[in-house]
Amino acid sequence: MNRHLVSIEDLGRADIERILDRAESFAEVSGREIKKVPALRGRTIVNLFYEASTRTSSSFELAAKRLSADVVSIRSAGSSVDKGESLRDTVQTLSAYDPAAIVIRSPHAGAARLVAGWTEASVINAGDGKHEHPTQALLDVFTLRRRLGSIDGTNIWIVGDVLHSRVARSDIQAFRRMGATVTVCGPPTLLPRQIETLGCAATPSLDGLEAADVVYVLRMQRERMQDAYVPSLREYAERYQIGASRLRPGQLLMHPGPVNRGVELSADAIDSPQALIGEQVKSGVAVRMAVLYELLAGSPVLQAVA
Amino acid sequence: MATPTIVIQREDAPLATLLIRAAHVLDPRGDLDEPRDILIRKGRIAELAAPGTLAAPDDAAVIEADGRHAFPAFVDPHVHLRTPGQEYKEDLGSGTAAAAAGGFGTVIAMPNTDPVLDDESVLRSLFEAASREANVPTGFLAAITAGLRGEGLTEMAALRDAGALGFTDDGRPVVSAGVLRKALQYQRLSGGVIALHEEDPALSGLGVMHEGAVSARLGLAGIPSLSESTMVARDAALARYEDARVHFQHLSCVESVEALAAAKAAGIRVTGEVTPHHLTLTEDLVHTLDSRFKMNPPLRSEADRRALIEALRSGVIDCVATDHAPHARHEKEVPFEQAPMGTTGLETAFPALFTELVMPGVLDLRTVVERLTAGGALYGLPVPRIAPDEAACLTLVDLDTAFEVGEHGYHSRSANCCFHGRALYGRVELTVAGGRLAFQSDVVSKQVLGIR
Repeated sequence: MNRHLVSIEDLGRADIERILDRAESFAEVSGREIKKVPALRGRTIVNLFYEASTRTSSSFELAAKRLSADVVSIRSAGSSVDKGESLRDTVQTLSAYDPAAIVIRSPHAGAARLVAGWTEASVINAGDGKHEHPTQALLDVFTLRRRLGSIDGTNIWIVGDVLHSRVARSDIQAFRRMGATVTVCGPPTLLPRQIETLGCAATPSLDGLEAADVVYVLRMQRERMQDAYVPSLREYAERYQIGASRLRPGQLLMHPGPVNRGVELSADAIDSPQALIGEQVKSGVAVRMAVLYELLAGSPVLQAVA
Repeated sequence: MATPTIVIQREDAPLATLLIRAAHVLDPRGDLDEPRDILIRKGRIAELAAPGTLAAPDDAAVIEADGRHAFPAFVDPHVHLRTPGQEYKEDLGSGTAAAAAGGFGTVIAMPNTDPVLDDESVLRSLFEAASREANVPTGFLAAITAGLRGEGLTEMAALRDAGALGFTDDGRPVVSAGVLRKALQYQRLSGGVIALHEEDPALSGLGVMHEGAVSARLGLAGIPSLSESTMVARDAALARYEDARVHFQHLSCVESVEALAAAKAAGIRVTGEVTPHHLTLTEDLVHTLDSRFKMNPPLRSEADRRALIEALRSGVIDCVATDHAPHARHEKEVPFEQAPMGTTGLETAFPALFTELVMPGVLDLRTVVERLTAGGALYGLPVPRIAPDEAACLTLVDLDTAFEVGEHGYHSRSANCCFHGRALYGRVELTVAGGRLAFQSDVVSKQVLGIR
């Protein structure tokens, strides 16, 4: 496996399975009273977040701490980034602390890959623009695998704003790599032209949703109305909202969060026993522990600068 | 009505007196495609003769071409020299040094500078600077609209009288059909080709690359081909109605080629250009998210590339233009979406076309050289020729030795070259522009020193 995790394309099926197997054992750690193992003691991990994030940043921070690493979390607001420092200069400054890993969230596609070229640290992509969110895809696969045993042959529908979703792009590839068939569904204005080239089907209609084993619903951002992607949230909700009544018994419901209640999901669906949304969040810590371990535990401890 | 055809070059270098021995001369507009000795005396071609037959006059430097090819120097009708205002990216000296190093003997600079070339005083200061700094004859297009704002027209007649070769708002489209129509009408007074960067901002939106499979995969906002082609069709209709003369810059897609072909078939006075990068590269390279591959118009699909090649071969597209667009390293060393659009192109145009299109047999050498020398005539400049009594304006190229692009840096002040790191054939060894020695490679320098 690569030294970095910038794209789900970096991982073969065997890599994914190895990470998820390790995540299983870390999930066990998270169930203990003392939720800590010494695997990364003395290593430094920098979380560099250029975008607001609750669950991704907190779960990376927790994952690093449960592996006993020292963690520095930097948000763009109030930092030198706010004062106009370039990404490259920020990364070079932080690299002076000899971090073992830099976890980066950026509003721009390709930021993680660029950073990987500028630092000795392992780089983990925690979301780059609308491009990719590989650890989200891993935790989604982990959550499904736990529930279903395997996702080979599973029929998964991804519903909503595919155009602006890095989660959809990483999930389509990860689900397919693990043997699922994937259909993306949403308003025609929010389905990228030629999205089928990623190996999924695409449809503007929910007809056929009943055949899905998993319904993965994407967040619908309110500002999409201003850009005329949809005429109104009311019409969007009427056509695409997943409520408990649209779910067939046995279908599983997922969402990357945060949920807009009453827009893409109804309250009764969120709270239904078919929803795995809480389990996704819980999986996040164990999966990110496994990713950090995979990238860092095998490599020699960096020498402190003399 | 004055019809100035002004190109300016520094005049401190002496007119060349030079014997080039045993070059393979290819002049696509003559019958010549065979070895010749070329004697240049005081900046003019004095004599062409069978190889090994000309003796060197006492005052002549001698270059042993050893069968290397001599072409009329290329003409680039579309470069950004960044002067005035952005000299940290490029200036007249460095940009024209890059031109000469790429075999170009004439370049035409775009007016999207700071300040914009939208009045006579800017043009006069550029002529003055060019007479000190320009290594090859350099001409200038003035803006169509003041400040490139797409609203009021520039003083087109005065600019033309002062020596502007034509007009363009390049970098931006003239969004308003009403404004462009007035410019086309005014052209009847001012003269001067109106060159158009075709793009409908309502369709390109915040796009940063071609809309297609790769943009879908990367989650980058796409610029659809029809953002360009609908404007080509619109402006061809305007040109027809006003019987105006327009030139379409950097065409990039099959739909634009179709619109241009239809306009020409209808007898409308239109021409088109295409860049070496659109002829040789596609959207697939953007998968790397390397900002060197970010330009406007964007690299498009393989089908688009093939249509552009065919259009260049058939003459639907008239000429090659580099759209040489230098940007500083710190500007390009950022995530793809934040990087400015543009690639340098002067130093790689011929090698890229030769290696990617001529060597595999897609286009013949004669066609490539013809299209690389056709861009100036569209603006009324003379076509360079290798023939007796012509001004010496030629380039000597080694087709047989590969080199790595950027291996020894660039003559341009900027290094944002989309061909960086590629192994290409067709290295330029010597350029004589406007009768003056504008570039010589290390190989030639050593040779000349060895003889003199």
